[in-house]
Amino acid sequence: MPIVYPHKTEMPSRDPQERRSSWDEVALGYTEEQAVVEARRCLQCQDPLCEEGCPVNVPIREFIRLVALRRFDEAARTIRRRNLLPAICGRVCPVEHQCESRCVLAHDGQEPVAIGRLERFVADWERAHGGTPSLVHPVRRAEKVAIVGSGPAGLTAASDLAQRGYQVTVLEALHAFGGVLRYGIPEYRLPKAIVDQDVENLKAMGVEFARDVIVGKTVTIDQLLRGLGFAAVFVGTGAGQPVFLNVPGENLKGVYSANEFLTRVNLMHAHAFPEYDTPVRRPRRAAVIGAGDTAMDAVRCSIRLGAEEAHIVYRRSEEEKGARAEDYRRAVEEGAIFDWLTLPTRFIGDADGWVKAVECIRTELGEPDESGRRRPVPVPGSEFVLEADLVVIALGTRPNPLVPQATEGLAVDGHGCIVADTETGGTSRDGVFAGGDITTGAATVILAMGAGRRAATAIDEYLREKASLVSTAAERTGNIGL
Amino acid sequence: MDTTATVIEKRPLTDVTTLLVVRAPLVARNAAPGQFVILRVSETGERVPISITDFDREAGTITIVVQNVGRTSALICALEVGEEILDFAGPLGAPVELPDRGHAVLIGGGFGAGAIYPLARELEARGVRVSAIVGARTAGLVILSDLLGPACDEYHVCTDDGSLGYHGLVTGRLEELLAEGAGYTSCFAVGPMPMMRAVAEATARWHLPALVSLDPLMIDGTGMCGGCRVSVGGETKFACVDGPFFPADAVDFDEVTDRKAMYAEDERVSCELAEAEVTV
Ligand SMILES: Cc1cc2nc3c(=O)[nH]c(=O)nc-3n(C[C@H](O)[C@H](O)[C@H](O)COP(=O)(O)OP(=O)(O)OC[C@H]3O[C@@H](n4cnc5c(N)ncnc54)[C@H](O)[C@@H]3O)c2cc1C
Ligand SMILES: Cc1cc2nc3c(=O)[nH]c(=O)nc-3n(C[C@H](O)[C@H](O)[C@H](O)COP(=O)(O)OP(=O)(O)OC[C@H]3O[C@@H](n4cnc5c(N)ncnc54)[C@H](O)[C@@H]3O)c2cc1C
Ligand code: SF4
Ligand code: SF4
Ligand code: FES
Repeated sequence: MPIVYPHKTEMPSRDPQERRSSWDEVALGYTEEQAVVEARRCLQCQDPLCEEGCPVNVPIREFIRLVALRRFDEAARTIRRRNLLPAICGRVCPVEHQCESRCVLAHDGQEPVAIGRLERFVADWERAHGGTPSLVHPVRRAEKVAIVGSGPAGLTAASDLAQRGYQVTVLEALHAFGGVLRYGIPEYRLPKAIVDQDVENLKAMGVEFARDVIVGKTVTIDQLLRGLGFAAVFVGTGAGQPVFLNVPGENLKGVYSANEFLTRVNLMHAHAFPEYDTPVRRPRRAAVIGAGDTAMDAVRCSIRLGAEEAHIVYRRSEEEKGARAEDYRRAVEEGAIFDWLTLPTRFIGDADGWVKAVECIRTELGEPDESGRRRPVPVPGSEFVLEADLVVIALGTRPNPLVPQATEGLAVDGHGCIVADTETGGTSRDGVFAGGDITTGAATVILAMGAGRRAATAIDEYLREKASLVSTAAERTGNIGL
Repeated sequence: MDTTATVIEKRPLTDVTTLLVVRAPLVARNAAPGQFVILRVSETGERVPISITDFDREAGTITIVVQNVGRTSALICALEVGEEILDFAGPLGAPVELPDRGHAVLIGGGFGAGAIYPLARELEARGVRVSAIVGARTAGLVILSDLLGPACDEYHVCTDDGSLGYHGLVTGRLEELLAEGAGYTSCFAVGPMPMMRAVAEATARWHLPALVSLDPLMIDGTGMCGGCRVSVGGETKFACVDGPFFPADAVDFDEVTDRKAMYAEDERVSCELAEAEVTV
């Protein structure tokens, strides 16, 4: 019989005060004892609804059963059947909207089983005990497949295709691999050693990685398919183009997009300037506009860069925020200040062109808008000024148009997303598949992985079909010759 | 896929400017006039944008001209023949739109005297008449006359101190030539920001359509960070993907100049550190 505790087993984490000046990982992960205790909360449901809440259908019930039995290596293999990057997903999945939201315990007045924490535990246990055996498929196939972008969508597609024996090359625009996992999500939330190791695992499986290749500039999709001999291309270029507010003062010094701010810190290590050459503004008072994952990352980074006060400025209320529950809680613990129902109207600069304040107006929520959320309406006369010497705009991102612009006949929708079949990733161009944020707009790591996986299956089918067509055509020509 | 980039030729042009020919076949193949590359030369280093001064698709080479102004540019200038460049990404930016007829005047200052060369080459191939006006502080700092001179129908040098050619700024010479009836129909300028601003003002006076190459701070160079944003005609543009060339009369020069100075203090720290390392 399961032991019924109404709450999740707490995960040890660093002291919030210490965190304010440290880039080390905040959440420390379960011990074996804690994991077993938490796993025993699982009811081993006949019909595990939690699995339907996971976009890649991790066999949750089964892996948790194995954890409860302390068969951790088997648990790891069970997860890996569906999820290639469990150490990452266990850390960054918005579980309260995915697997854990469907757990029966959560519908029973209790907290759900801590599926994300257990997944992380199992993945970390595996790494600590000799790592993952790479699964190379013995059959080598002649076809080469190009993967454009090394985010979760691209890495997953690369892995699945390599396992099927294809020769896979990942082409990445930046000098480091991982996409948002590398340049967006900070070290204290996702240590880069984990991303490095996942990339190394793929290299060990025979996947080739090429950095500094900007597809659409360095090579085009057409060049990949023609001159360079790739039989198919998967596009996983993400939604990397920042959106600005378009209010006065946005180009003052000290005003950043979240992408720039986080890239300076995560990819370029600006927090370690001058040891690393790339600088970033060291704030005294920071204001971050927005309340999604990206905003939480920016506000927590600004605290670590020394901000005495760090504000989240959001035009709707706490309820509408997009951030994961855990990151929001951590930001609160670390002392971030939340200005809900506040709309920035202008950035005010000093005599030298540096931002010194944000002019804001309070809002109240009116009727629901197209997104289904209640529309914020400015309250007349409620204007006020928030002092800030660093402003980060975290209002979301759009798909980067580089690849579509350089690829004739590749259809995009009104938002600039590549139009792709949700099941296969197939696009309007023969041999070109797409998945992840470039097709959906900004979403989640696990959704991007799921799309990469489905596309890999579809690419395999596409290439097999093509190969068999070629061989039947060859036979036919042979017959006619007779 | 071969993404390596190796220095195959090095030529110091002045005390502070170095020309490097880099074997980078992948980058050379799609290169076009007006584009640039982004380099990183050490694991702890910055990503810096550098214009393509020449490219040879067959030979797979890219020529760059680098002015030693700070930590990273010093490291680039110190590269030797045979050395591999850690990261060499490109070609980036939108190729500049060039005319098919008329008389184009190209203006180059500093490293810009190199960066205008691919434009001259392409214009010449299109049968467009090309004049170049190149400026430097003093005769010893005039670069690449041997490359650019033969590629142009007319080639004018200006020095601030009058030690070579016209005594004064490039825009002084430009207006003099316009007044003499040079009949330019288009203008393209690459150089330091004050020069570009002066070009914008001069060409506006003469109603000469001009494009200037902007060089704001950049990181990724792919439109991902927005750090390179500039105001052009009241609209925000990303210089790394929408530019680097923009209509001179629409650029907010005050803003570009100001944003470029964002890390002046950090750059000083970085340079001092680099100098300390050298003296150790
Ligand atoms: C700051 C931040 C925090 C986030 N936090 C979370 C979280 O906690 N949990 C969660 O589930 N999701 C989170 N997300 C969302 C999640 O990271 C994305 O949904 C996911 O990374 C999308 O994966 P992708 O593979 O489609 O693209 P990306 O991860 O964006 O990767 C795309 C890659 O393609 C490269 N590329 C782009 N153009 C080209 C080109 N032309 N040629 C070659 N390469 C190219 C890019 O450089 C990049 O490396 C966060 C996003 C951000 C920005
Ligand atoms: C599209 C583009 C094309 C360029 N082409 C060339 C080129 O062909 N040859 C060349 O020598 N330089 C070129 N630059 C400028 C070059 O990128 C900078 O000189 C370089 O980044 C300086 O780095 P640093 O570490 O050596 O100097 P830092 O220590 O970072 O700075 C030292 C000085 O250089 C200035 N500086 C810093 N970054 C830039 C920048 N991005 N642009 C201009 N000045 C800067 C600073 O304001 C400071 O005064 C180009 C810039 C852009 C955006
Ligand atoms: S991958 Fe994410 S959604 Fe799926 S079970 Fe793991 S933590 Fe939950
Ligand atoms: S729904 Fe909850 S209790 Fe049921 S199997 Fe899944 S995790 Fe266990
Ligand atoms: S350099 Fe990042 S968007 Fe232009």
